[in-house]
Amino acid sequence: MTTRTTHAARVARQRDRRKRNSVTLSILMTVMLLYALLPLLWLLVNSTKTEGSLFATFGLWFGGKFALWSNIHQVLTYDNGIFVRWLGNTLLYVIVGAGGATCLATLAGYGLAKYNFPGKRAVFAVVLGAVAIPGTALAVPTFLLFAHLHLTNTPWSVIVPSLVSPFGLYLIWVYAQDAVPAELLEAARIDGAGELRTFFQISLRLLTPGMATVLLFTVVATWNNYFLPLIMLSTPQWYPLTVGLNEWQEQSFTAGEPAIYNLVITGSLLTVIPIMIAFLFMQRYWRSGLAAGSVKQ
Amino acid sequence: MKAKWTGWGFVGPFLAVFAFALVAPIGYAIYLSLFRQQLIGGNSFVWFDNYRQALTDPQFWGSVRRVSLFLVVQVPIMLVLALLAALALDSARLRWTPLYRLSIFLPYAVPAVVASLMWGFMYGAQFGLVARLSSFLHVGLPDPLSNSWVLASIGNVVTWEFAGYNMLIFYSALRAVPGDLYEAAEIDGAGALRIARSIKLPALRPAMVVAVVFSIIGSLQLFNEPNILHWLAPNTIPPNFTPNMYAYNLSFAGQEYNYSAAIAMVMGVLTMIAAVGVQWYGRRRTA
Repeated sequence: MTTRTTHAARVARQRDRRKRNSVTLSILMTVMLLYALLPLLWLLVNSTKTEGSLFATFGLWFGGKFALWSNIHQVLTYDNGIFVRWLGNTLLYVIVGAGGATCLATLAGYGLAKYNFPGKRAVFAVVLGAVAIPGTALAVPTFLLFAHLHLTNTPWSVIVPSLVSPFGLYLIWVYAQDAVPAELLEAARIDGAGELRTFFQISLRLLTPGMATVLLFTVVATWNNYFLPLIMLSTPQWYPLTVGLNEWQEQSFTAGEPAIYNLVITGSLLTVIPIMIAFLFMQRYWRSGLAAGSVKQ
Repeated sequence: MKAKWTGWGFVGPFLAVFAFALVAPIGYAIYLSLFRQQLIGGNSFVWFDNYRQALTDPQFWGSVRRVSLFLVVQVPIMLVLALLAALALDSARLRWTPLYRLSIFLPYAVPAVVASLMWGFMYGAQFGLVARLSSFLHVGLPDPLSNSWVLASIGNVVTWEFAGYNMLIFYSALRAVPGDLYEAAEIDGAGALRIARSIKLPALRPAMVVAVVFSIIGSLQLFNEPNILHWLAPNTIPPNFTPNMYAYNLSFAGQEYNYSAAIAMVMGVLTMIAAVGVQWYGRRRTA
């Protein structure tokens, strides 16, 4: 694997040197880059504006008083600091939901890749079939069941459905096949190590890059989750950021309630920044995850 | 033999949650969909009456037609953009590829809620960019949230969110092509376009199937973007705009849980059929 990669990289470098840069491609890609970044620039620019100058000044450039700090202060203190509560809820859902999903997917993916057991084929077929079931299609049925069990409007109603990641299991299964050699497990067994000890002391370390990929996927999915918490939760005390922002927007459009567009915009900025930082710093794992998911079909 | 069952120990915890949070809701929704809350007689078993009602419900089929139109227009545009960008990144004729790759992928990290809010503000009549651009250029640009444009405007939000994601799927697949294949082709005198057609596009097929399947699911299950833009355009985005919005509003505004469950099941089955169909077609072409 390594030798092939380095060889491929060398060939690619030779190709790179031989070819000249294409102006047409640069222009086309710059247009796409602007398309991708323009709304984010808009968000940044407009979170520096007061409620009044939002409507009075040009949307894509700074104007009026520079109000970013006072906007942030307002976001964090509005309605007794409900935004901070939403941030805490989101962190809770992300840590328990995404963290738990990664642990469960790792154990199961590893078990499927490295052990033979009765019913394995059936388990595999069912889980792979579930990869194609979209979360949004499950939101209404899950709500109906949870309402019947009186689990709605609790943190569990958001956390428990987030714990299942068939795609994560699939990624770990692909990853474990190459990363954990069967001979190593055999050697550990001959040395008398138990299966659990082997897993924690040997396999887990080898699986770490794959786990990081799954963690990143599930963190983004839980951080950005909207439909499920929207349908499950009815008191703002349990909202995550996404549903909370939607609530502020809704309030701004409701007659008789104060419009707080500047808070919606600055709150959006604060919601986006942490996930983007996580994203940029861990982009290596994204690519390996996407490669495993799309190439090894 | 003990070791034979060890695998279950690893798979068990996942399967337990899987059964509770994924299988049980589907089972319960099927069960619910066979009942109906009636004024006289209370909750009664009605066999497939809810499904019969769904099959002839113009509101439901209107929403299905809308997301189908969305699917056949938005998905090809998005995937072609993503494909071109991936080929450009892989062409070795572009400088600063990491900058382009990262920037175009970045919108994927933005929550659908925030993406819809941002674009909604830019679309919006009173304070939007489009309105300002219209008056600045003295031309009447169409209102993006008007009846004839609203679906395209939602398509733009979705394209913005996912073009970069699909680009990265394609790019990863292209990077996995062994370099000696290109070397051999160049020795044989193949040009850049010929290489793209004969080596790159075939290598992309599995990734393409994955991207199409995910996009089909995303379109048929469309919910987040229209549900948030609904506040800006309550008249052009009614509560039954997409099947998922319809099911959601039946559950909440209408308390029609049984019918809502039936709608969710019908949409789930339609989505599965489409997804499996594409996979089958993709595999058959490869073989």
